Amino acid sequence: MSDAATPEGTPKKKKSTLFKEPRSAMPEQDPQERIKNFREVPFGYTPELARREAERCIQCKKPHCIDGCPVAIDIPRFIRQIHEGDFDAAVKTIKETNVLPAICGRVCPQEEQCEKVCNLADSKKYQPVAIGRLERFAADWEAARGKIEPPTCAAPTGKKVAVVGAGPAGLTVAVDLARRGHKVVVMEALHKAGGVLVYGIPEFRLPKVIVGREVDTLAKMGVELRTNVVVGKSIPVDDLLQEYDAVFIGTGAGLPYFMGIPGENLNGIYSANEYLTRVNLMRAYNFPTDDTPVCRGRKVAVVGGGNVAMDSARTALRMGADEVHLLYRRTRTEMPARIEEVHHAEEEGVRFQFLTAPLKYVGDKENRVCGAHCQRFELGEPDASGRRRPVPIKGDEFDIELDMAVCAIGNGPNPLVPNAQPDIKTRRGGNIVAEKGTCRTSKKGVFAGGDIVLGAATVILAMGAGRNAAQAIDDYLKTGEWPELGELEVK
Amino acid sequence: MPMMNELLEKETLAPKVTRYVVRAPDVARFRQAGQFVIVRIAEDGERIPLTIADADREQGTVTLVVQEVGKTTAAMTRLEVGKPILDVVGPLGAPTHIEKLDYVLGVGGGIGIAPLHPICQAFRAAGTHVEAILGARNKDLLILEDWMRRACDQVHVCTDDGSYGEKGFVTHVLERLIGERKPDLVVAIGPLIMMKMVAKVTQPHGLKTMVSLNPVMVDGTGMCGGCRVSVGGKTRFVCVDGPEFDAHQVDYDELLSRQRFYLEQEKQAYQRYVEAVGHGPEECRIRGGQQS
Repeated sequence: MSDAATPEGTPKKKKSTLFKEPRSAMPEQDPQERIKNFREVPFGYTPELARREAERCIQCKKPHCIDGCPVAIDIPRFIRQIHEGDFDAAVKTIKETNVLPAICGRVCPQEEQCEKVCNLADSKKYQPVAIGRLERFAADWEAARGKIEPPTCAAPTGKKVAVVGAGPAGLTVAVDLARRGHKVVVMEALHKAGGVLVYGIPEFRLPKVIVGREVDTLAKMGVELRTNVVVGKSIPVDDLLQEYDAVFIGTGAGLPYFMGIPGENLNGIYSANEYLTRVNLMRAYNFPTDDTPVCRGRKVAVVGGGNVAMDSARTALRMGADEVHLLYRRTRTEMPARIEEVHHAEEEGVRFQFLTAPLKYVGDKENRVCGAHCQRFELGEPDASGRRRPVPIKGDEFDIELDMAVCAIGNGPNPLVPNAQPDIKTRRGGNIVAEKGTCRTSKKGVFAGGDIVLGAATVILAMGAGRNAAQAIDDYLKTGEWPELGELEVK
Repeated sequence: MPMMNELLEKETLAPKVTRYVVRAPDVARFRQAGQFVIVRIAEDGERIPLTIADADREQGTVTLVVQEVGKTTAAMTRLEVGKPILDVVGPLGAPTHIEKLDYVLGVGGGIGIAPLHPICQAFRAAGTHVEAILGARNKDLLILEDWMRRACDQVHVCTDDGSYGEKGFVTHVLERLIGERKPDLVVAIGPLIMMKMVAKVTQPHGLKTMVSLNPVMVDGTGMCGGCRVSVGGKTRFVCVDGPEFDAHQVDYDELLSRQRFYLEQEKQAYQRYVEAVGHGPEECRIRGGQQS
């Protein structure tokens, strides 16, 4: 830690009153323009905008933002460094705890985390500091200078760890263990590393070059990446334990849910996973130059209210849809998607139909979807999740025309590893049982974290789990101890 | 270290049907009858599922038998021996449930004979009496007869035009054999229409019948759901729940329409490819979707 100064230790200057001003917006592509391309929507802060926004941070004596961050970045410190114009130092500060800042700055739900507890926001009078945008700025600034420094690694320990799944959880575990001098081999089922960052999140929200950059950093640290390895099929976990001192499972929430309504297997109805995988990972937008085709719907319905639903709807627009309707059975307030994604989707012309869900799909004689019969809902009593339950309004049903639909109602845990390895205990629903804080499973030497444990959650929570797991794996490699599991991670 | 995914052998078995031997030691080691691999041959390429026809654990090799039906399968025939195939991933799918039965009858149509081969091998190795019906449109299109004769106790051949073996469809031979002796299990692999017809023949006899499905897939690990199929009114994913299902429960018409969904794009990609590489010695007509 090169910079030991604390907020209290900084010399008192004339107090800025910028915090009273609204936070600086990021310049971005015009909505009408951007729906014709897959390029990233926001351009990011300029150094001037970043320094101005950083100046809005009042450097609280008791900052809450750090506690709000799943990987506990020293937020006030990196923001102060940006304000001072020392962008190098800011990047270093972030990277002490977050190895993938360019990704987190883009896809973290900051409004639910660090920015939610920012003392400025707490006052209700002011807007929180745009922490995510500043994080992104710092990471992009480093990348633009073309000198991304991989974290330094400790001397080799001679221990070997297998990481299963090259998504956010697995990549974080890999970096943290490599830093500690352990040999890490990451095994990925697909032909490309990144997990949901490459197959799920679209280019316009997270350019793939950024993910590639982070994966390259891993390679520079000596982490070995093996693609096309399906652990549980290509090789059993038990075999890995023969060769490796520990195994981390981060196989994610890769089993799409369908609604189970009539007509759901008609042609033109996709799971969000399939639709996004075809377009993002397989580059179907580039067909026939790239081989993988995808349906280009003119009138598209997307079912769901999360980030994946927004991604699907906005992708459909870019694939040439005239109309994209987002059907969600509750209201705007209950939508799990990030505010910014909802805002972007609205700007681009996605039509939100709240309190609505399909009851069945209708097909033409070639078995292609041509419409949906929908139900209207009202909100009733809160359910187990605390959100008000949608209750069907009897008789309030209607038809819509469509030629493509995307089901984005969530994912279950990928079953390949648990099915192949029954001594790794799972909960009802198939998520792996793991100890809170350490990610230890019921099988000695095996750790698990991210969506395979949490259910479909967020990139940053998976990375937080990866971070904890790396610490616990390091402890286990030193002591070899595997006590009874304590408090378990709950979904 | 030997090259991963190296293409070791390539042989034309019949018009538009090629046998490939690939070095894939992990697949060879862990594969079981009934499983498949996913292959991608170029950076801009698609992922296609291919059934495993045979494997050699000692040599670390896997044999794939592939029919040219579109761009990727056409481009595969131009892969050079001694060079690696970009991506080979597997074994995927649930293995066939192998046990010692009295009598298993396999029914293989066209390219479907290839995945039927390891299943017959495995049942026979378990001590089961195994017979197989092999069907093709004509003599030239019949593949792997010698392999099947080694893998089975008895083989019955038929061709649509009578140019080899019995004249007629596999279902005719099936009717006759069932009449002679009832098998404990019928395993049918071939074009969807054939599997549907086999299921129709065996159902009234109450014969347990399995089919192996080959729908459109992307990842092959349960992630996308593109390969979903209705079995007994329930949606199942062929890549993780299958590829084998109870033949009497599968909604063949739905699956057939799903297989044909990308037909236009497949034709477009294939034509574009043929124009780019020039016409081969044979006619380069498009025969349509996978196996159907």
